Amino acid sequence: MGLIKYIAGRVGVYLVVLFTGITIIFFLPRFMPGDPIEGYIGRMQYQAGQTLSAEDVESLRASLRELYGLTGSLPSQYLGFIKRVFISGDFGPSLAGYPRPVSEYIATALPWTLGLLTMTTILAWTTGNLIGLFAGFFHNKRIATVLEVIGVTLYPIPYYILALVLIILFAYIWPIFPLSTTIMPGALTMQKVGEIFRNSFLPGMALVLAGFGWNVLGMKAMAYSTKEEAFVNYARLKGTPPFTIMIHYVWRNAFLPQITALALHMGMIFNGAILTEMLFSYPGVGSLIRSAIGNGDYNMIYGTLSLSIVAVATTALAIDLLYPLFDPRIRYK
Amino acid sequence: MLKSNLRLKIGIFILAIFVLGGTILPFFTQEDPTAQGTYFKNLAMSQDHLLGTNSLGQDIFWYLVFSIRNSLLLGVSVSICTTIISSLVGLTAGYNGGWVDRGIMLITDSFITIPVLPILITLSTFVRGRSSFLSVWLILVAFGWAWNTRTVRAMALSVREREFINMARFSGTGMFGIISKEVFPYVYAYMVVGFINTILYAINTEAALAVIGLSNVTVPTMGSIIFWALNYNAMLTGQYPWIVAPVVATVLLFLGLFLTSTGYNELFAARRGHS
Repeated sequence: MGLIKYIAGRVGVYLVVLFTGITIIFFLPRFMPGDPIEGYIGRMQYQAGQTLSAEDVESLRASLRELYGLTGSLPSQYLGFIKRVFISGDFGPSLAGYPRPVSEYIATALPWTLGLLTMTTILAWTTGNLIGLFAGFFHNKRIATVLEVIGVTLYPIPYYILALVLIILFAYIWPIFPLSTTIMPGALTMQKVGEIFRNSFLPGMALVLAGFGWNVLGMKAMAYSTKEEAFVNYARLKGTPPFTIMIHYVWRNAFLPQITALALHMGMIFNGAILTEMLFSYPGVGSLIRSAIGNGDYNMIYGTLSLSIVAVATTALAIDLLYPLFDPRIRYK
Repeated sequence: MLKSNLRLKIGIFILAIFVLGGTILPFFTQEDPTAQGTYFKNLAMSQDHLLGTNSLGQDIFWYLVFSIRNSLLLGVSVSICTTIISSLVGLTAGYNGGWVDRGIMLITDSFITIPVLPILITLSTFVRGRSSFLSVWLILVAFGWAWNTRTVRAMALSVREREFINMARFSGTGMFGIISKEVFPYVYAYMVVGFINTILYAINTEAALAVIGLSNVTVPTMGSIIFWALNYNAMLTGQYPWIVAPVVATVLLFLGLFLTSTGYNELFAARRGHS
C-alpha cells in the first residue's frame, strides 16, 4: 500500500539522518587536537595547587576515561556510544556537576528554552502572517510597501545584532528592562510570573523580531500570487466583498506553506536560542551549552547537540507526514 | 511593492561601498589595526580618528575597515568553495539519478540537519585558544555545501528532461559542451543567488561565533570588533562609536547582501516570465 510505504520510507530517512548526525558529532572531536581528559586533569591540578600525587593523577585519568567512554578501541567506543544514546538516551553524568546525569540538567533547562521559543515563534508567526497577508493582498497601497520595507530590513539582521540593539536601547539608554536575566527560584506566585515576564521580555523580543520579517515576506509572496489566481478573480467578478475574498479565498490557500515555515522555525530556532540565551544569560539550554564549554563538560555538549539535531530532524519528519492532512492537493506518493 | 530592479540597485550600491572600502582603504594606512596602544586611549571622534579610539588604544575606524575586509574575504572564499562542491555533487546526483542520487541526497539531508553553530561552538572548545581562522573556515565549508547541493540537484533533474538538451546531444555536442553552453546559462541565476546567500551565511556564522568569543577574536572581523567592545563594556563607559559603528555596519552589509540576492532572484524570475 502506498501510504504505508511512504511513511516507512520517510521514517527510514529520519533514522539515517539522526544516525549520521550523531556519528558526525562523535567523530569530529576525535580528529581535533586537544585531549579533554588532559585538559580536565590540568584544571584539577591547578585547583589543588599541584599537590596531586602521580598515582592520584593516574587513577583520576583512568576513571575519567571510563566516564567519557574512552576505554577500548575507537570502533568499540563508537558502538558503545551509539548503543547508549539510541537505546537508553543516556549521555552519562555531567562532568562539571558529577554525578548528576546530563539528562537531568537538560530536563531542568529545556522548559525555559521551550517556553521562550514556543511563545516567540508563535507570536512572530501570527503577527508576521497577518501583516504579510495585508501587504500581499493590498499590494498597491502605500502602507503595504512600508510594511514590506520593514520586513525586508528586519529579515537579514541576525539574532545577536537585534539582541544587542535591544540591550543598548532598553537596558542602557532607557533602563526599563534588566541587563541579564535573573530569576529567583521559588514557588510560582503572581509576582514570580511577572518577574519571569519582565526578565524574558528582551530575549523574547529579539527572537520575535528575528522571526517576524521572514514570515512577512513569505506570506506576502504567497498572498500576492494566490490573489492573481482564477478562482479569486471569479469571486471578485461575482461581487464578493474584498475582506471576504482575503480571508476565505486568499488566506486559506496561502497559509498552508506557512505551516511548513512554522514547523521548520520551531526546529531551527534552537540554534538562534543558543546565541540569545548566551547574550541575555537566560537559563535555558543555550546557557547550559555555555557553561558546559566553560567547564569542559563534554558529555553535556554531546547531550545538548544531539537534542538540537533530534529537534530539527523530528520537525522535518512531522512536516512531511502531517502536511498532506492540511493540504488535500498533495497526495502521498 | 518594491521593484526588483530597485532592490538590486540599492543592494549592489551598498555592497560596492563595502567592497571598495574594504579593498582600497587598507592601503591608506601604515598602522597595524590590531596593535594595541598605537594611539591614546578612549579619544572622542575627531578628524584624526573618525570614530575615535577604543580602550585598547586602537583606531576604531581602521579596525572596522579591516574587519569588513576580513569578513568579506572569509565569506567570498567560503562561498567559492561551497559553490564548486555543491555544483559537482548536485550535478552528479541529478544527472545519474537512481541509487547514486538517493545515497547522495541522504548524506546531504543529514548535513542540513546538523546545526552548524553548536558544532562550531563545540569545536572551538576542543581547540580552545588555538582556534585558527582556518579551522572556522573549514567547518563553514564542510557544513555550507548541503543547501546549495539540493538546489543544483533539483535544477539538474529538471534540466535533463528538457527538449533542448536532447537537441544538443543529437546535434553532436559533448557532455562538457552541453553543461557549459546549454545547462549553465539556465542554472546561472540560481548559482548567483546561492553564492550570495552563502556569503551571508559564512559572515553571519563567524560573526555570531566571534560575538560570544569563540572564533579567533584576535583577527578583526565584524564579530570580533563587537566582542571587544562588549568585553570592555563600551556601553557603560559611554564609548558609543565602538559598539554602534560595527552594529550599523553589520546591518548595512547584511541588508546589501540580502537585497542583492532577492533582487537577482526576482529579476531572473521576471526574465523567465514568472514574475
